[in-house]
Amino acid sequence: MARLIKTEKEVEGRYEDVWLVVEEDALDQWPAGPGEIVGRPTPRITGAQRARGEARYTADVQLPGMLHTAVLRSPHAYARVKSIDLSLALAAPGVRAAIGPDDLDVLVDEAGYPGVAVAAVAADTFDAARDAVALIEVDWDVLEPVLDPDEAVVRKQLLIEPRRYERGDVERGFAEADAVVEAEFRTQTVLHNSMETHQTVCEWQGDRLDVYVSTQFIWGVRDEVAEQLGLPPDKVRVVCEFMGGGFGSKNGAGDHTFIAAELARRTGRPVRCALTRREENQATGNRNATIQRLKAGARSDGTLVALSGEFVNAVGWSGWTATTEGPMQMLYACDNVETVTYGAKINTPPMRAFRAPGFVEGTFGLECLLDELAAKLDLDPLEVRRLNYSHADDDRPYSSKRLMECYKRAEPHWERRHEVRARSDGAWKRGVGLASQVWYGGGGPPSYAWVRLGADGRATVITAMQDIGTGTATAMAQIAAEELGLPLDSVDFVLGDSARGPYASISAGSSTTPSMGPAVRAAAADAGSQILEIAAQRYDQEQRVLSLKDGQVVSSDGGSWPVAEVVGLLEDAQILGKGARGPNPAGMQVLTFGVQVVEVSVDTETGEVQVDRVAAIHDVGRVINPLGASSQVEGGIIQGIGHTLSEERLLDPQTGTILTQSLDAYRLPTIADVPPEIVTELLDIPDEHLTNLGSKGLGEPPIVPIAAAIANAIRDATGADVRSLPISREEMLRALREARERQQEKVATPAS
Amino acid sequence: MELVVNGGSYSLEAPVGRSLAETLRDALGLTGTKIGCNEGHCGACTVLVDGVPTLSCITLVHTVEGRDVTTIEGLRDHPLVDSFVRADALQCGFCTPGQIVSASALVGANPEPTREQIRHQMAGNLCRCGAYPKIEEAIVSWRD
Repeated sequence: MARLIKTEKEVEGRYEDVWLVVEEDALDQWPAGPGEIVGRPTPRITGAQRARGEARYTADVQLPGMLHTAVLRSPHAYARVKSIDLSLALAAPGVRAAIGPDDLDVLVDEAGYPGVAVAAVAADTFDAARDAVALIEVDWDVLEPVLDPDEAVVRKQLLIEPRRYERGDVERGFAEADAVVEAEFRTQTVLHNSMETHQTVCEWQGDRLDVYVSTQFIWGVRDEVAEQLGLPPDKVRVVCEFMGGGFGSKNGAGDHTFIAAELARRTGRPVRCALTRREENQATGNRNATIQRLKAGARSDGTLVALSGEFVNAVGWSGWTATTEGPMQMLYACDNVETVTYGAKINTPPMRAFRAPGFVEGTFGLECLLDELAAKLDLDPLEVRRLNYSHADDDRPYSSKRLMECYKRAEPHWERRHEVRARSDGAWKRGVGLASQVWYGGGGPPSYAWVRLGADGRATVITAMQDIGTGTATAMAQIAAEELGLPLDSVDFVLGDSARGPYASISAGSSTTPSMGPAVRAAAADAGSQILEIAAQRYDQEQRVLSLKDGQVVSSDGGSWPVAEVVGLLEDAQILGKGARGPNPAGMQVLTFGVQVVEVSVDTETGEVQVDRVAAIHDVGRVINPLGASSQVEGGIIQGIGHTLSEERLLDPQTGTILTQSLDAYRLPTIADVPPEIVTELLDIPDEHLTNLGSKGLGEPPIVPIAAAIANAIRDATGADVRSLPISREEMLRALREARERQQEKVATPAS
Repeated sequence: MELVVNGGSYSLEAPVGRSLAETLRDALGLTGTKIGCNEGHCGACTVLVDGVPTLSCITLVHTVEGRDVTTIEGLRDHPLVDSFVRADALQCGFCTPGQIVSASALVGANPEPTREQIRHQMAGNLCRCGAYPKIEEAIVSWRD
């Protein structure tokens, strides 16, 4: 029976109460450790389709009569459109429609950042559309942009009221400290650069709209488009079978979707709006830059007595202010903590979520500061972290926390530092650093799945979710196969179409597996119990003695019947199981934890930094697919190495023009930049309070600590305090110079 | 013009300035070749022209008239496809066809490449998901 309950939902640290319909009785979790299929390394079930070039991405959707769009974007960081003339564009060859600020909300006549959409043209080919856009005449009133986030804070040009947090008495805490460290850390703006750019194809079918879109949230796009267009949500069908990466940038519908929908409506034709790489790197969001002014105080034994931080997020013209202060509040037990966070409104493209937004940046500052403190007190950084372990035995306990176990597993990697340092050779210095990780990743309701079995004995899992490349489809098929006792190749998975399956959660916030997995298991269990009911009647058994194993219905008295034979009785009839995601444990924090230990080499003459080895130890509950999980960890670390060492969106400081629009200017990591060794260790212990699986998410945790671990390894190797990302050669040489000068001062003025 | 793709010959009309990538995808429907940047920086559009890895997004289609073009569709039975899947050398998969085309030229010329050689020869194929360690593994183990 359907039951209505009120439960808490967490999205990246923000909790809200939601109503939830729960249909199934809770299933007991499987025992810890690998099952028949779950917990065993499994190549992804969509792998061959992708590798053979058969997978159809949004970029590959070609509809009869489809038109192509080019978008006129503001060349100015801050400007107003005095007048705009579309007539020459409309008259150009092959053009079918042209729209401007008067025609559509997302086309603006006040440009707050370079790259914002102002007008758009649909034509028979992309080339024709692009040529026509060049004919649009705009008279701009160019205004003075504000580009410096600190200046925006002074001017009170903010997107939110300053966010303040306080526990204990920070002033008293610092007064009691034996050692205090204070430093300013800076992180840069980085770009998502998914290989498939943002794009949408819209086609009207009467009063219904089909939307093919590269997205992380099919149902979010459906609702956003329906609301904007004033349609009942189910008149909008959203399709995303395969998608070429998002990393947080594709959580929403995006301007390009509304442009395509409007041009399709005007022309009566299907319309594609696909961003070029250069548009992608202006207008689809970013991980915003931050400035972090941090201070930490500790007793001589390393016990933290005060932490304070002022965080300035360079959010952009719009967007939300990520919780850069989160790690400082959550990672350690410290009685006295004070933070203030500013969301600076400046004339740069709006931030969007990017793989653990806020926590990547905040962990860099906090975990570097902690090592500076440990160095000042001459303490072991790992011991300082253990000493300040947060047990959160207050009013919101952890559903599970095994960070201490992660620290223990880190020891052998950490012990290598003596041997690594000894390998320093001439100008090349080597060292080891570590950093801890806290982040969300518990997922939550609602999410639904169906499981269908036909007379051939095969099962199909159906849910209208997306697989953004994280291996979701494989993990879900594994869960269903495990529950049904079927081999994996007897389970198909249908996803990617809001018209062909129930509501499924967003693929963001490391939430897909913990949100969807329990719903899939519940649906498979429902289907499985129907198989047993049928078998009980057909073979004169009591249902309670029957179970599913190895493709058979097995009786405790030794009898067994192939599932295909049992469901074969159905002929054209089908078994339909349905499942829903239950609530998260009430009043608990569901968080992921980990620690990474990094080995680096630094060329102290040229400032070159190489990452030689990374050991990543994370606690994310039960692991469904160890193979896919290690890929996620490696991918997060490599993206994090790009963030730490090479990637940076550069702006012209006068005009705000984005200088790094192409992939030769913006330096993504290549295969040649990958550390020779990445060791992944996942504890793989189910969270006993969390759902029928005990699984948390893994997409984001691996990118959280890597920057700080690299910077701390650099300090270990060279004594230099790196405080700004990316650690370019200039920044490395600056830090080395500063360390040398500090050393000389010490020699010149011996302690009294 | 005449275009020879995966052993088949195609007669088609292409305007001056049309790229090989666009022609393969739009005129021939061979959408396995992906366009990631359309300016020769990412490698997603890699195809073989007379066996040589070539960035099809910055290759004018008229310059390959009469030459042998091989796309991922012509390499579907190559052992690298299996080794990529087995090693989990792909995540979102958008760059994967280009990776496999590049790797096929590498192992064709050098069936036992060292890890150094793989890192050198594959550095022109970007993967934003960071599947690189497993791409390296898939190429090392391509004949297993």
